Amino acid sequence: MGIRFILMVNKQGQTRLAQYYEWLTLEERRALEGEIVRKCLARNDQQIRFELMFEFLCSYAGVLAGWLALNEQCSFVEHRNYKIVYRRYASLFFMVGVDDDENELAILEFIHLLVETMDKHFGNVCELDIMFHLEKAHFMLEEMVMNGCIVETSKANILSPIQLMDKAH
Amino acid sequence: MNSIFSGTRLRDMIRSIRACKTAAEERGVVRKECADIRASINENDPHDRHRNLAKLMFIHMLGYPTHFGQMECLKLIASPGFPEKRIGYLGLMLLLDERQEVLMLVTNSLKQDLNHTNQYVVGLALCALGNICSAEMARDLAPEVERLIQFRDPNIRKKAALCSTRIVRKVPDLAENFINAASSLLKEKHHGVLITGVQLCYELCTINDEALEYFRKKCTEGLIKTLRDITNSAYQPEYDVAGITDPFLHIRLLKLLRVLGHGDADASDLMTDILAQVATKTESNKNAGNAVLYECVETIMAIEDTSSLRVLAINILGRFLSNRDNNIRYVALNMLMKAIAFDDQAVQRHRVTILECVKDPDASIRKRALELVSLLVNENNVKQLTKELIDYLEISDEDFKEDLSAKICSIVEKFSPEKIWYIDQMLKVLSEAGKFVKDDVWHALIVVISNASELHGYTVRALYKAVLTYSEQETLVRVAIWCIGEYGDLLVNNVGMLGIEDPITVTESDAVDVVEDAITRHNSDMTTKAMALVALLKLSSRFPSISERIKDIIVKQKGSLLLEMQQRAIEFNSIVDRHKNIRSSLVERMPVLDEATFNVRRAGSLPASVSTMAKPSVSIPNGVAAAPLVDLLDLGSDDIMAAPSSSGADFLQDLLGVDLGSSSAQSGATPGPKAGADLLMDILSIGTPSPAQNNTSSIDLLSTAGINNNPSNALDTLSSPAPPHIATTASAGGMFDLLDGLSPSPSKEATNGPAYPPIVAYESSTLKIEFTFSKPSGNPQETNVQATFINLSPNTFTDFIFQAAVPKFLQLHLDPASSNTLPASGNITQNLRVTNSQHGKKSLVMRMRIGYKLNGKDVLEEGQINNFPRGL
Repeated sequence: MGIRFILMVNKQGQTRLAQYYEWLTLEERRALEGEIVRKCLARNDQQIRFELMFEFLCSYAGVLAGWLALNEQCSFVEHRNYKIVYRRYASLFFMVGVDDDENELAILEFIHLLVETMDKHFGNVCELDIMFHLEKAHFMLEEMVMNGCIVETSKANILSPIQLMDKAH
Repeated sequence: MNSIFSGTRLRDMIRSIRACKTAAEERGVVRKECADIRASINENDPHDRHRNLAKLMFIHMLGYPTHFGQMECLKLIASPGFPEKRIGYLGLMLLLDERQEVLMLVTNSLKQDLNHTNQYVVGLALCALGNICSAEMARDLAPEVERLIQFRDPNIRKKAALCSTRIVRKVPDLAENFINAASSLLKEKHHGVLITGVQLCYELCTINDEALEYFRKKCTEGLIKTLRDITNSAYQPEYDVAGITDPFLHIRLLKLLRVLGHGDADASDLMTDILAQVATKTESNKNAGNAVLYECVETIMAIEDTSSLRVLAINILGRFLSNRDNNIRYVALNMLMKAIAFDDQAVQRHRVTILECVKDPDASIRKRALELVSLLVNENNVKQLTKELIDYLEISDEDFKEDLSAKICSIVEKFSPEKIWYIDQMLKVLSEAGKFVKDDVWHALIVVISNASELHGYTVRALYKAVLTYSEQETLVRVAIWCIGEYGDLLVNNVGMLGIEDPITVTESDAVDVVEDAITRHNSDMTTKAMALVALLKLSSRFPSISERIKDIIVKQKGSLLLEMQQRAIEFNSIVDRHKNIRSSLVERMPVLDEATFNVRRAGSLPASVSTMAKPSVSIPNGVAAAPLVDLLDLGSDDIMAAPSSSGADFLQDLLGVDLGSSSAQSGATPGPKAGADLLMDILSIGTPSPAQNNTSSIDLLSTAGINNNPSNALDTLSSPAPPHIATTASAGGMFDLLDGLSPSPSKEATNGPAYPPIVAYESSTLKIEFTFSKPSGNPQETNVQATFINLSPNTFTDFIFQAAVPKFLQLHLDPASSNTLPASGNITQNLRVTNSQHGKKSLVMRMRIGYKLNGKDVLEEGQINNFPRGL
């Protein structure tokens, strides 16, 4: 199947969009989201501390700091029997749960495509856009992923039915 | 249009939820909204439906129940307008699932919409079907979907293709119908159709061998051409990601080629060129390129041997491994695990880098690297790798120590070249991370120590030194006090000095200090304290000169708040005090623990054979996998106290039954007091290979006094013939009661009551079930039934499951079966415990159902058992 679920979660750990491609009960979902969000956000906290330290270093070391590569934490977390591929865009985390044999790098690329597509539609997409236009976000996702597989990778093709509907209204 | 129940707008609801400061406040808002939506649903105003559902979706996302909105979805789907349908389908996908009855109602609407004149409506229906369809719906609607794969609009074709992947996964029988349609999709130019078509082919290949053959023959070349075209294609702005045209399609194609090439040399040969091209030409400075390379490497490793390509693949992984991007390093580690299978040497070359990754600050990378290292270990490099890992153990994060120490232990156990090295390494692990080590690991260590008789002295001295420094590591303390108890004399007298050791001077009271420290430390747990108490008892005999001091320590434990400790302290005290003449034989060194038996138990997979039973090798299913050694080494841990006759006791019994057989000769008999000496000897099983050997109480005395019975009380009663003494002991149960309370053995059953003949509970042409019965003494209502399932057919049954139901007056407890695979003319066993509350009035009766898979097909057999022996 590939993709098991797609989550969008804000920095405070509140779910902003959840799409599952396998059936879980409400309780299982809540537990799963809680665990994953805790795990990923904790990793990110370390990251932020590191970044702050890095900025601090830069301010003193100047040019020299340019040589140092920022050693970012990797975007993959293993959880139960699947992997979470996640990426942070501003205040929003995009998390995709995938099977073990899925290409993690490709999923990362897919997240980027998803964000670009939303950007194109909403214009600089932010958390509130997704909150207040939840169904639109879902419609976009529907055009991109079906049954855990990628359907379409062209932004224009993804957005055309949605724009068509907007015009009709 | 707005009725009084119309409630708030969606926007307002989201605002008010956002404004909530606490979870309780949010629940309040949601509850109120849900009430409004319910009221509005009852109003049945079609204008509100759209908004209600939008609200419900939001509420659902927050994790609140929304089942009451399900019917609204169906109504919206059935309405004629596109916007209504669209939100209705979305609600369907989010709020419902394939297991709900409601879903059946939607089949008809779906059918209509799949035949709708508006292609967008068709698209909606396909999408919904693709996400949630059940097996029945798949059967009903497959013809429509099949037709839509050839629809004129590519947007419908792609959705139909993915919908088909779900259908064939739900109903594999339908796969044949889609093979032709799928292969025609592979010739398309539209990327969406191609990517979904490739996905459909991939799915078909994995579920149907004919399809695999078909695509291998007909489509391999076409696919290679498609891959070449998109690899070489000119810049396409719509699909370009960092200079690569549609990496997603690349990856899908490579995945499908992997399936086609795997196990087929011809097909593999065909794709060599294009794989080489992708592996060499793809840009690797951006994520998209690396994703394609990664997939390409995986395909190269899966297809049939083309060694030059594999060198290329390994080189790419090497490059990945030294990349600064952690994501790339992660996938490299992931892939190297697969690469080990065919080129161990090439992976070994990267050992140093991989070891560095174990120390990475990133937990995901560490975890992967550790897995990989454990695969890299072999006899030649085990010492070096273990040293590196143990060195790192000292400085690693606390939360990583558990994983790391577990891995080190398993590596050390598997590859240790010699016992002394194993013991050394385990000591280091226990010293650094003793509190993270699992019970079975230190149990195994004790078994090994017990077997290495020439190293007893060395081990106990090393442990003594370690425990002085690392007294906070619980498991280290346990192993140390066990060894000091057993081999305390070797510690003090420096017996069996090895050349590499520095001589140390340990006085008897130093050794007792360590044990005393363990028993008095407030944070020692029950197991440790109990082990310390036994060690003290043993030391009291080994070190006669300070036995008074030891006695004082034991006496202090009489005031312990733990009942088990209190009781043991009293017993041990009386042994020290009153039974000096038998004490030394009581606290003999433990017989050498049988490694083979322990390993079998530890694996928990093989049935244990009870060698001391009257019938040789009656196998009992291993229901409690972890129990056996815990009983042997753990003293009176809680679970045993709670269930004195649990199956753990059986394991203990047969484990020691095995040991005693070999060790009884060396134990040497000490004549006890005349009265009841024979019995005493029986209990201790000294020198007599009598049936009482299988009696657990002997083990209790010798090792750990684990089970909540009172063998030493029994001793008291036996050795001092004066009846008043019985009254003064803590629990003055008679000797025979005590023995009877233990797990049943055939010899005793015979005296306890009638034996019940075994019955054939069920017999069909393929399967026979036999029941044998035994009654635990003390509870006439209870019956233990051992069911033996015998396969009479020439085929193996898999996924075998036995279910039983009984009337209300019976209570049934099923233990796990010894296996769920029943080989041809083999058998498996399962224990049942039946409690008959109408014992004596009604006899047992049982209905049962047996399910298993025969040649991949489910078989179900049912029956009623009425022929139980009377009086059970």
